Amino acid sequence: MSKLKNILFVLILSIIVLNSSNSAEKSPPFLETKWTFKGLFGKFDRASLQRGYQVYTEVCASCHSMKYLTYRNLAEKGGPEFSEAEAKAIAASFEVTDGPDSTGEMFVRPAKLSDKFVMPYANEQEAKAANGGAYPPDMSVLVKARKGGADYIYSLLLGYSEPPEGIELDDGVYYNKYMYGNKIKMPAPLSDDLIEYTDGTKATAQQMSKDVTNFLMWSAEPHLEQRHKTGFRVIAYLIILTVLVYFTMKKIWSRVEPKV
Amino acid sequence: MSDHEYTPSSKFGKWFNDRLPLLTLANHLTDYPTPKNLNYWWTFGGILTFCLITQIVTGLVLAMHYIAHADMAFSSVEHIMRDVNYGWLLRYVHANGASMFFLAVYIHIFRSLFYGSYKSPREIIWILGIIIYLLMMAAAFMGYVLPWGQMSFWGATVITNLFSAIPLVGESITTWLWGGYSVDNPTLTRFFTLHYLIPFLILGLVVLHIWALHVPGNNNPVGIDIKKPSKDTVPFHPYIVIKDAFALLMFCIVFALFVFYQPNILGHADNYIEADPLVTPAHIVPEWYLLPFYAILRSVPDKLMGVVAMLSAILILAALPWLDTSKVRSAVFRPLFRQFYWILVADVLILGYVGAMPAEGLYLLIARVATAYYFAHFLIILPVLGWKEKTTPLPLSITEPVLGGSPNLAAARNDEKIEKTIK
Repeated sequence: MSKLKNILFVLILSIIVLNSSNSAEKSPPFLETKWTFKGLFGKFDRASLQRGYQVYTEVCASCHSMKYLTYRNLAEKGGPEFSEAEAKAIAASFEVTDGPDSTGEMFVRPAKLSDKFVMPYANEQEAKAANGGAYPPDMSVLVKARKGGADYIYSLLLGYSEPPEGIELDDGVYYNKYMYGNKIKMPAPLSDDLIEYTDGTKATAQQMSKDVTNFLMWSAEPHLEQRHKTGFRVIAYLIILTVLVYFTMKKIWSRVEPKV
Repeated sequence: MSDHEYTPSSKFGKWFNDRLPLLTLANHLTDYPTPKNLNYWWTFGGILTFCLITQIVTGLVLAMHYIAHADMAFSSVEHIMRDVNYGWLLRYVHANGASMFFLAVYIHIFRSLFYGSYKSPREIIWILGIIIYLLMMAAAFMGYVLPWGQMSFWGATVITNLFSAIPLVGESITTWLWGGYSVDNPTLTRFFTLHYLIPFLILGLVVLHIWALHVPGNNNPVGIDIKKPSKDTVPFHPYIVIKDAFALLMFCIVFALFVFYQPNILGHADNYIEADPLVTPAHIVPEWYLLPFYAILRSVPDKLMGVVAMLSAILILAALPWLDTSKVRSAVFRPLFRQFYWILVADVLILGYVGAMPAEGLYLLIARVATAYYFAHFLIILPVLGWKEKTTPLPLSITEPVLGGSPNLAAARNDEKIEKTIK
């Protein structure tokens, strides 16, 4: 019987393995990079998050919104942790429409910590019209909305190249080997020294991709650090309790004769 | 049930108990004689109760912050994840809790299948369990719609469209379910209402399930009837309580690993994209726990027959006590059944796997073979096995053979008994 079981499970396993190798053929394996937020005690690299925000705001934000983020988030624990003054200054550099005031008029004022990130376009239609019909997706939860997560985003940012022979691209369509179907309407957004990092780090395309992906991971999972920390405590507590309950159980069951 | 009368020791206790016998109930629950040879597969009943309570409690708090509106549902979920105190924890526990619930229920069901717990006199427990399982699927499906992501929306569209396969009235029923001409805000609000209701229906059925269990008492790994109470049994408290607690804690460790370290691994990335009726995802796939039935649905070329096959695959389980003609409960004493049992387990796993794959080519072929086998197991193999199979000798009691009574004698007596019952 156990032989039969073994054969069956080997069969199932081989189907799964075969299939995963199949799907691997479709898109190349993601570029490898070390993420500090992975693992049991994974945390964000604070400096990288701050640089990532700079990449976002100077490059991505001209097309991509982040509508679920608030300026106060930038100063919150577990995030880029800008000082409150810095976050206030960042917010104040944007303008929002507020109102109506006491005369019934709408007015424009500098953004405050409690305001949501200002969006580049008023609505989806405007965004599409400005981008050749393609809608630049909101980036708040983008990392969680793509299979492969951070690895995928990072690879995609660096995955642009000339199309292989035989592939014709329309105007405004670019080749990216990590994109689903390999065709993407976003031109390669990052190139070496596109921006100048305030902390003096050399802004290579790779560095910027990594920083902005870190930033996007945080924006998708703002409580990741707390989750890892709490998780470790919860599991440690459960393991200790389980061991104690195990010995209690042994003690109680020792009264039962005979063992079955 | 324990037969002895219970009288509370205090005067007030007696006064109260005469009017509402809660203390008698509590006494019954603590003293409840339980077979002492129950293995860890029997701990999943308690684990499932824990899962249900966890879902209700976390769901209750989530519902305080969630907004059931097509324009606001997605952002209210993000609000929970970002701004509600421990909202991320509540939501991840609730979302992964659904998967854990199904993991536990599948183990519970397959335990019953292995040890023949569905057989006389436990048919009603089994059927109540099937109804609970059906309601769980409904609740899980509707819960998955609530975040109003792409997979929510398109999953809802695919599943509700199944009703349109009903001849003549199908289209009208679908429109009625939707509350309009497509999945939209009215669909979302009614799904939310029902998602809130169903857990309490399940809770009621769980009470009946346990009540029905306490009439004949637990089945056990040997599958024989035992005298209760006797040296084959232990009182529920503290013996079973502590064992269930230990198993539950182990289960919670696995649960916590998912919640804290891989909270999204069981979901679909597409569901973090807000629902868009104009963009269909490349692959519309249900949650993992519904995949075997999804595979059965898609393996039939005709839509109506596909729906019938899918429903039959679940409802056939309700007839199981009568389809399995063998008088011996536990697979331990049924060498042939045991092999077919493991083939069925593999078959369901294969169905689950092909359910996640596109319905084409080899996958479709495998799905069809596996679907045919699934039905063959219940409709052909089980009834025939009951007649043909030569079972191995049953012990007379749980303790007897172990106590050094003559196992051969016991076996001989049993052989006679079985032969008689088979004839």
